Amino acid sequence: MDLKGKKVILHDMCLRDGMHPKRHQISIDEMIDISTALDEAGVPLIEVTHGDGLGGASVNYGFPAARDEEYLDAVVPKLKNAKVSALLLPGIGTVDHLKMAADCGVSTIRVATHCTEADVSEQHIGLASQMGLDTVGFLMMAHMISAEELLEQALLMESYGANCIYCTDSAGYMMPSDVTERITLLRSKLKPETEIGFHGHHNLAMGVANSLAAVEAGAIRIDGSAAGLGAGAGNTPLEVFAAVLDRAGADTGVDIFKLMNVAEEKIVPLMDELVRVDRDSLTLGYAGVYSSFLLFAKRAGAKYGVPSQDILLEMARRKAIGGQEDLIEDVAMNMAKEK
Amino acid sequence: MSNKLRAAIIGPGNIGTDLLMKAMRSDWIEPVWMVGIEESEGIKRARDFGMKVSTSGVDGLVPYIEEDKIQIVFDATSAYVHEENSRKVNEKGAMMIDLTPAAIGPYCIPPVNLETLLGEGRKENVNMVTCGGQATIPMVAAVSRVQDVEYGEIVATVASKSVGPGTRKNIDEFTRTTAGAIEKIGGADKGKAIIIVNPAEPPLIMRDTVHCITKEAPDQEKITESIHAMVKEVQKYVPGYTLLNDPVFDGNRVTTFLEVEGLGDFLPKYSGNLDIMTAAALRTAEMYAEAMANGQLA
Repeated sequence: MDLKGKKVILHDMCLRDGMHPKRHQISIDEMIDISTALDEAGVPLIEVTHGDGLGGASVNYGFPAARDEEYLDAVVPKLKNAKVSALLLPGIGTVDHLKMAADCGVSTIRVATHCTEADVSEQHIGLASQMGLDTVGFLMMAHMISAEELLEQALLMESYGANCIYCTDSAGYMMPSDVTERITLLRSKLKPETEIGFHGHHNLAMGVANSLAAVEAGAIRIDGSAAGLGAGAGNTPLEVFAAVLDRAGADTGVDIFKLMNVAEEKIVPLMDELVRVDRDSLTLGYAGVYSSFLLFAKRAGAKYGVPSQDILLEMARRKAIGGQEDLIEDVAMNMAKEK
Repeated sequence: MSNKLRAAIIGPGNIGTDLLMKAMRSDWIEPVWMVGIEESEGIKRARDFGMKVSTSGVDGLVPYIEEDKIQIVFDATSAYVHEENSRKVNEKGAMMIDLTPAAIGPYCIPPVNLETLLGEGRKENVNMVTCGGQATIPMVAAVSRVQDVEYGEIVATVASKSVGPGTRKNIDEFTRTTAGAIEKIGGADKGKAIIIVNPAEPPLIMRDTVHCITKEAPDQEKITESIHAMVKEVQKYVPGYTLLNDPVFDGNRVTTFLEVEGLGDFLPKYSGNLDIMTAAALRTAEMYAEAMANGQLA
């Protein structure tokens, strides 16, 4: 494979998606320590917020160790080169959160919706773009619709003012051919100046292969996470993907050995449990279930005495989408009753 | 039935039409006018139901409010035009029931605070909060009337097909207005609202999860009893309002799971989120009509 000289922007997720396996308990000091080390390794963009984005602090998703504002205020001024992004899910966070994040100095706002519901993002994308922020439209659970349907939604976000569109494999369900098809179509039909991104999960161990397929098909931004710290079996392990890109001749600007050290010395020791492909996270990828349901299903399974794997399969059968963590306890109670 | 209050509906869309069909069955409300801004399917339907119609907006209705003795007007349009509609209608002496998120009048969640509002006398404008608010705030209030709730959080999951373009353009208005009403009407010290729009086919019936954090350890028996009693109150006007499973108690967390199925008048049954708005608005109008008939309101 030859990606000689091709520029790829690596975007680290361990301080946002990584909040899921950490039950949103990463401390401010840990955030500073990790983000400055990533900065030192040359990672250009780092996401920082609650796992469910700005305003995610809730009974439903979990209360974090600190407020989004405290995390952002702590991290942003410490970085020399890296920029900080914040995620926002309309329906959870509002434009007030967006303004707060901008005041804290984030460079990038990523507005995330379910892949068929782009039109709930108009006010947030519009505002972020007006404010001159790097504005990303983030289409989640993109495996659930065809490439053509995804394009329709991407065009909406582009029309609201997004300068970058993501195909997001929230369930880690996609195969490289699925990624190629979607990214190729987005690349050919969106404006040439609109960047394309891909966000993978490693539930079928396809994170690296899918991200590579995305780059080959024209994506320029790729999400990953040092040591894969993220929901489900984690995100695309960023140090692995950086090394692969380096072998292929792509230009990421990242020092792969420094990044390997961050993963090995800072992220792995931080893990409460090893983030890996296990029975439950594999089920997420196999059945197409939103990755952050994992710990909720494990907890509900333990509380109500039903297998967490069965809960996840039932969530897939019910076509649950991102954010429906509240359904998990109800499903577990029903399953316990039927036993 | 000379006691029936004569009413107009502004907005001949899905909500307005569903409201019209419910109002036509009412013992207390007699719908007379349907107001739109142009010829449309909704206007045609209203005409077929025997309504007088305006296709020139609220200005087409205003000259007839006194002549036709219209006392109640429902606004099922959008927050952007509501204030103007309300002012014009109030000038002619009619009361406004606001189904938009404009919220210029006091919030009204019928089983929670309608009695209180009635006790305060005539109102020019009452606001029906949001669909999520109508579905969930009764549950927050059911807990807070037993003991102090320091935090109330609701998650409303609705079918994509039941969420119109107005709501989509300003989804923050849903989260803000609902959160505010969880505090003001639900009685929680702090409120948070989350909405999930799910495109599954066949469309899912509206689901709501209501989390309350009580200040002291929850009195499980009293709270459970209060919740069941409140469910019955809501079922008086939304028969498809159902408690799923028993309330969950986990430390100071009290969680209830609900499903809201609509009557399927004009809107499909899965869109309980829309049905509960039209049903609550009509219920509010009926209670005002009853109070007026009994001479409780001037």
